[in-house]
Amino acid sequence: MTILIALLTLGGLTLLLALMLTIANKKLYVYEDPRIDVVEGMLPHANCGACGYPGCRPFAEALVNGEMLPGKCTVSSEDGRKAIAEFLGVDAGSEEKRVARLACAGGLNVAINRAKYEGLTTCRGEALISGGSKGCSWGCLGHGDCETVCDFDAISMNEFGLPVVDEAKCTACGDCVEVCPKDLFSIHPVSHRLWVACKSLEAGDGVLEDCEVGCTACGKCAMDAPNLISMVHNLPVIDYSKNHQIQVPIQRCPTGAIVWIDEKKGIIKGAEAKKIIRKGKKMLGES
Amino acid sequence: MLNLTANTFKHGVHPPENKEETNGLPIRQFPFAPLIILPMQQHIGAPSQIIVREGQEVARGQLLAKANGYMSVPMHSPVSGKVRKIANVPVISGQMAQGIYLEPFPFSSQEVIEGNPIPLSASPEEILQGIQDAGIVGLGGAAFPTHVKLKIPEGKTCEHLIINGIECEPYLTTDHRVMLEQADDIFMGIRYLLKVTGAKGVIIGIEANKQDAADHLSGRIPKDLPVKVQVVPVKYPQGAEKMLITSLLGKEVPSGGLPIEVNAVVVNVATTAEIGRLLPHGQGIQERVVTITGPAIRKKGNYLIPIGTPLRYVLEQVGASENISEVYMGGPMMGVSASNLDISIVKGTSGIVVFGDNDIKKTEKIYPCIKCGACVDACPIFLNPSKLGILAKFEAYETMAEDFNLMDCFECGSCSFVCPSNIPLVQYFRLSKGIVRKRKAALQT
Ligand code: SF4
Ligand code: SF4
Ligand code: SF4
Ligand code: SF4
Repeated sequence: MTILIALLTLGGLTLLLALMLTIANKKLYVYEDPRIDVVEGMLPHANCGACGYPGCRPFAEALVNGEMLPGKCTVSSEDGRKAIAEFLGVDAGSEEKRVARLACAGGLNVAINRAKYEGLTTCRGEALISGGSKGCSWGCLGHGDCETVCDFDAISMNEFGLPVVDEAKCTACGDCVEVCPKDLFSIHPVSHRLWVACKSLEAGDGVLEDCEVGCTACGKCAMDAPNLISMVHNLPVIDYSKNHQIQVPIQRCPTGAIVWIDEKKGIIKGAEAKKIIRKGKKMLGES
Repeated sequence: MLNLTANTFKHGVHPPENKEETNGLPIRQFPFAPLIILPMQQHIGAPSQIIVREGQEVARGQLLAKANGYMSVPMHSPVSGKVRKIANVPVISGQMAQGIYLEPFPFSSQEVIEGNPIPLSASPEEILQGIQDAGIVGLGGAAFPTHVKLKIPEGKTCEHLIINGIECEPYLTTDHRVMLEQADDIFMGIRYLLKVTGAKGVIIGIEANKQDAADHLSGRIPKDLPVKVQVVPVKYPQGAEKMLITSLLGKEVPSGGLPIEVNAVVVNVATTAEIGRLLPHGQGIQERVVTITGPAIRKKGNYLIPIGTPLRYVLEQVGASENISEVYMGGPMMGVSASNLDISIVKGTSGIVVFGDNDIKKTEKIYPCIKCGACVDACPIFLNPSKLGILAKFEAYETMAEDFNLMDCFECGSCSFVCPSNIPLVQYFRLSKGIVRKRKAALQT
């Protein structure tokens, strides 16, 4: 008997609650386009934010609502983008691939350290202590905060303590831009291959004391491509709205501060650029 | 006369003082360097605006740059000479910033030109303007424009004027010497400050290790001034505004608030002396007292150094040893370690402490936090540096700011000083504060 009462009570309660849930499900139902889930499943789940949305799901919503085209996602493969476009029946849209570019070439074989630094081994930590130990106030500190922050393993520190960006892996998410205390990274379309790899606002031989590959503001590149390049605050500034697919400006640069970043061969310096053979660390006072 | 039951703030630390080597040495004039390098950013706020040309000849005390807005001060020429160049100059933050290279005339008498005197009878507004025009900033090290600090906000009243002669930073004896040698200027400065703030009473706070200065000043208080000299126990960071107010008035300044919330204004003693010395002549700051000391210096002392004198020249003159390892601008607790000897003495440089290679213990290995709580007992504002340090390691900057009052930390360094695990706590906190500020700014735009 007791068992029967227990069963009935619980059974009744179960039925009642089930009924309430069913009604709630019907009445409070919010329609969500099922395609959002599908599209989200097709996105790379990187949640990197390169598309301008906080993560992959909001971007999927935007895609389904037709506010965006799949091409905005720089992390997906070409095929992945096509698949999403087909599924939604839209144009894939094309977005030129963009990558992070580094405006410093002062590795430890060419740029001196004025002081010794002890403390937190991060660039942001070192930059707090009177700008860090590097001779050049603008140069890379080399602890690799950018390497750590990059979720796509696109940055690796080379033997000279400089970050190298793997164009294929970089999704232009901009995390490295934000983390670098010296503001050395910026996001550019890959077609921007003519590049100034220096940020020093100094001019003349003073630059070379701190770094052998710095821009001395001699202005030769600007002379050779007067419409394309102008000197602003002792640095060449390339006007990328003009035709910049030329290697003329790098040829006479005495230090190799303006370079051509080749898709296959990597960084190419001009013919007159000083050849660097030192492999070890450059010491204070060494020429 | 030492009163051990005297009030002071809770927590804090006792770093070795190391003041005995220079506190008995009178202030001496420093020679003029062959080249003066004057950055325009010597204070918190907008850099001064240069009004001279390259090649122009200037007299000592002449205006070189004017204030750029309210939160800025002008700059006066520290020497008679010629403007060599207007270009980027290195500054302590590690950046290059706009500045002037000045070449002093070798045979000039280096007399200071007079400006428009601001008499004591002037109105408070005129005096405030005069203080800005004289280029006066907090000489204790913060270099905050003094006229901004002295402006009492609408609806608030200032009852207590506190003159900060604590100098709790190890090694430094700048304020100590100023109190012993410039008593008249200090009292003159107090007269101006009383007029500006409308305060009813003045307390000069001095740490017990400067009893001679306290006695010296007590004996010279003019009859008509409501001044009291109060000696407080030696403890770091006694000289921090909020700690000093707690010690002297027994009140606590609320988190994020200014001293005026408890009706007080705190002014550094050297700044006060400078106001009393410059305003009656309408002149601007051209030099300041700097303690130069540390094991690697031969001619230690307190020097009156022209602003803009290059650090390298200073070190040559005082016989710094060959193997300098660390140079602190300010003291070893709150000062900044210079990474470049080409920077120059600025208005905020209260001391230069130099260590050689063998004088300092190199940073040992950093160990994990052992939760000993030493830092919690040291923090004068009752933060939990241990917790904050762990959060910083995991980059939980928002949690630090929202739940653990990171932004109240004023970077006194007491926590790092006591940490047995060598955790660079203050460095973490400076970094975290910077990141939090940056993110907040990014959210606003
Ligand atoms: S580029 Fe910036 S973040 Fe990367 S190693 Fe250099 S200084 Fe550090
Ligand atoms: S962190 Fe920099 S290098 Fe890495 S993917 Fe993002 S933009 Fe590219
Ligand atoms: S947490 Fe900040 S205020 Fe507290 S002891 Fe450390 S540095 Fe000083
Ligand atoms: S003093 Fe250092 S080890 Fe001790 S609790 Fe604080 S952070 Fe941890």
